[in-house]
Amino acid sequence: MNEPIVEPILAVESESSFKTNAPLIPRDSVAGRALVVVIAIMTFLACLTAGAALLVADASQAWRSDVLREATIQVKSRAGDDVESLVAKAVAIATKTPDVESVHALSQAESEKLLEPWLGAGFDLSQLPVPRLIAVQLRGQRSEDLATLRSALASAVPQADLDDHRMWAARLGAMANAVVILAAALFVLMIVAMGTAIGFATRGAVAANREVVEVLHLVGASNTFIAKEFQAHFRRLGFRGALIGGLAAIAFFAIASLLSFWWAHSPGGEEIAAMFGSFALRSLGYLALVVVCAAVTLLTGLLSREIVMRHLQNLQ
Amino acid sequence: MIRFENVGLRYGMGPEVLGDLNFSVEPQSFQFLTGPSGAGKTTLMRLMLLSLRPTRGTIRVFGQDSAALTKDDLTTLRRRIGAVFQDFRLLDHLTAYENVALPLRAMGRQESSYRAEVVELLRWVGLGDRMNASPPVLSGGEKQRAAIARALIVRPELLLADEPTGNVDPGLARRLLRLFVELHRLGTAVVIATHDLQLMDQFGFARRLVVGDSKLTIFDGLPS
Repeated sequence: MNEPIVEPILAVESESSFKTNAPLIPRDSVAGRALVVVIAIMTFLACLTAGAALLVADASQAWRSDVLREATIQVKSRAGDDVESLVAKAVAIATKTPDVESVHALSQAESEKLLEPWLGAGFDLSQLPVPRLIAVQLRGQRSEDLATLRSALASAVPQADLDDHRMWAARLGAMANAVVILAAALFVLMIVAMGTAIGFATRGAVAANREVVEVLHLVGASNTFIAKEFQAHFRRLGFRGALIGGLAAIAFFAIASLLSFWWAHSPGGEEIAAMFGSFALRSLGYLALVVVCAAVTLLTGLLSREIVMRHLQNLQ
Repeated sequence: MIRFENVGLRYGMGPEVLGDLNFSVEPQSFQFLTGPSGAGKTTLMRLMLLSLRPTRGTIRVFGQDSAALTKDDLTTLRRRIGAVFQDFRLLDHLTAYENVALPLRAMGRQESSYRAEVVELLRWVGLGDRMNASPPVLSGGEKQRAAIARALIVRPELLLADEPTGNVDPGLARRLLRLFVELHRLGTAVVIATHDLQLMDQFGFARRLVVGDSKLTIFDGLPS
């Protein structure tokens, strides 16, 4: 019993060189890498959907604003009417109306040119009662000014009809809203799909790390501590996936914006620009993408924590 | 400290692997748990560590009925017990230092607050030059010492060690046993499961709990 208890061995590693506090859940695993890829793809698609919805919403706002700032007066001549004098009278009334910025009466040739896409070039329109059009540009979207103009025209030029484009604007708005709602639904579906993938991955990770969980329990770790470790593990995976997917989406929109400037004057480019504007996300749009990435990271961590807590509650 | 009253355990619908266990582990006591291989030593250790529930009877740990423990109570109780497992149960992706520090980390302590303690204990068990090595590159004896250090780092009131000298040479086995004896002198109750009779004979003062035929027989000191 006089033997020394345990003789310390003198060779000691430098205390500053050894590793401390490594993650308790092993960082690199095939399942973890697969989850990063899934999260990256889903984040990319969610960012694309969110970005497209923002572009459509912005473009729709611009369309509606443009359409509502314009009105058209149609002068339908009847036999014996002096069309030119009726047009001049309507132009004079419109010009005097408050908040009308400009008035432009289309010539007979200009009005007929508008029908060319439907009737073809070189068609003799002299026998057709083609109405004369007057384009009225407003300073704002004030409907009371149009009411003044409408009543003035009704009394002075009964052959004139005022179209304020509101029905057309309402249809455009409804279409744009439908696109935005569809995008929001797709966004929600993607988040749900991502949540489901995270759920499966978390359950898989808990099963794969059963030994780690058991040892942690046996050394006195609480369920909350273990769940926090899993949360940190999955938050790291979520962050990596969201960063890759988010950066890819930001790069996509930045390149698309550059290309849209390049193609802006081609016929196809004009149509795309009509639908999506300049295809350029505003800085708020890019901020929204960053928020999506942050939300994905948080969602990954919180969801895994919740699943692990439930699993541990049922374990013992 | 631990009291078993008419405890029995069976797996599923099978026969009882342990039955009618009535004994207690008193504070500051030292006992060997012995018996032939497969007699149920490890099972009894797991019952004492509360990682198995008995199918009948009552186990009281630190005065609390194990059947009435909440998960939080269980966590608190396990922090008062140090356990050395036959298969070590070290985490392969952590270093020896991190494995030994694990119980303190699980308590939520900051690494800077326990670093010196862990380093000192690792030096004490002869792993001062292996702190950065992970279990797959440690020898059986080194793993054994890391597992013992992990059990001791929390200065437990009760130490349960399952075959703690099974993988070390006789000299180191004797020195590790002396470490347990020293711990016992400092106030820790010690239960060591082993079937090494020679080793037990060197510590004749220790009580012996002998498991066999699903029953437990207690000898205070060397059996005749």
